[in-house]
Amino acid sequence: MSLAGPASLGKLRFRDPELARGLASALARVTREIGRSPVSVMHVCGSHEQAIAKFGLRASFPKNLNVIMGPGCPVCITDMPEVDEGVVLARQGVVVATYGDMVKVRGTVQSLADAQEEGADVRVVYSAAQAVEIARQTEKPVVFFATGFETTAVATAAVVRGPVPDNFSILSAHKYIPPVMEIVAEMPETRVEGFLAAGHAATITGWGIFEPFVARHGIPVVVAGFEPLDILAGLVGLLELVRDRSPRVVNMFPRCVTREGNRRAQEELWSVFRPVGGRWRGIAHVPNGNLRLRDRWAHLDARRRFPIDLASLWDYGPPSLVASCICGDIMSGVASPSDCTLFGKECVPDNPVGACMVSSEGTCKIWHQYGGHPDLENLA
Amino acid sequence: MCLGVPGRVVSVDGLEATVDFFGVRRRVRLDVVDQSVEPGDYILNHVGFAIRRIPAEEIGETLALYETLLAHAAQDDLMASDVRGEIAATGRGDEP
Repeated sequence: MSLAGPASLGKLRFRDPELARGLASALARVTREIGRSPVSVMHVCGSHEQAIAKFGLRASFPKNLNVIMGPGCPVCITDMPEVDEGVVLARQGVVVATYGDMVKVRGTVQSLADAQEEGADVRVVYSAAQAVEIARQTEKPVVFFATGFETTAVATAAVVRGPVPDNFSILSAHKYIPPVMEIVAEMPETRVEGFLAAGHAATITGWGIFEPFVARHGIPVVVAGFEPLDILAGLVGLLELVRDRSPRVVNMFPRCVTREGNRRAQEELWSVFRPVGGRWRGIAHVPNGNLRLRDRWAHLDARRRFPIDLASLWDYGPPSLVASCICGDIMSGVASPSDCTLFGKECVPDNPVGACMVSSEGTCKIWHQYGGHPDLENLA
Repeated sequence: MCLGVPGRVVSVDGLEATVDFFGVRRRVRLDVVDQSVEPGDYILNHVGFAIRRIPAEEIGETLALYETLLAHAAQDDLMASDVRGEIAATGRGDEP
């Protein structure tokens, strides 16, 4: 597999301003050569959006190029009923351990933080292994509310396979990226012409996993890293494939991604989880997009160990602002945070309405911190 | 959270390694990395697990982003705090 762009891209010097300018003008030229307007491509990774926003890359994009962040924030796409399950468990007296951002995300009516204020025992952890440690230090049942994409699910799988105490179990809300790309590719209003795939998820799956997708949809995929120049080079490569009507997979992050990926991690992942269909918040029902524990691990599955009565939450009224939140449209690529009437007003990082404003990988929080579309023409 | 963080392996003890992340020593699990890991190697850590051994010739390029983030980013910078979270996801360095 060769690089899509000039051979020099193989030896990227990451902080070379001249190279950055060259890539930006290549991006403008290739977009012009495509001859359609607008041209929309999508990335599916919060870290990509952070880098694009942090380094102000959109200022160097041609005006008719839309680089959209798709469903790449694991906290944001965790569905409300999944949060509800965690909230109900916490209210039942189970110790719920989860990643920090998950605590602030509202389910249908409450967040784990709300449950905590009412006396529930909710713990923030950075890893599944730390949740196991909590279980070792208490008699109470401990549930790890496991969220994130395949990269994070691999770590949960390793913990499931290791020794864990009897009071430990898993509430899996893990999601699997490749199936949601199929869904977004078929959304008529989104009209995505190419995907920038996230480097580190592909470290696990390998870039070969995107080949059937490309064959089915005729949409090119470029695997890109996280440096500003990685992203610019990835976009140039991707747009060249769009221009040439040459749908294929190109790996522009060879320092971390191989064709076959991390086989050992894949074996661990699929020995613990099976793919099932389920909703992604605001997006759609995604066939095979959710990861659930296999029957072999039923004794560690919180859904099979505890009665989880979601109806017990319904005495509470849903927060009214949530109705006007457009997180789903933002993650499907049909709206920007600036299209939302709540953005930066009722909805801010300290008091988020929607999930996209909660997570450090959410489009709205990233745009709120760094600004989304810096318009250099307006600068004096 | 999918950014991960690279570190240099100091010592290997079965399925765990002590890894130096920009001056901070932590324990990282080796259950899911698919290559053999030895002292001196660099690995990419995600939520407490090594997910890849970084090829020697690519270490400099891989480290550059992180060095910038950790040295220059503001305290509330989202990328930098995700990287700090990745380091915090590892086991304590003083554990046996």
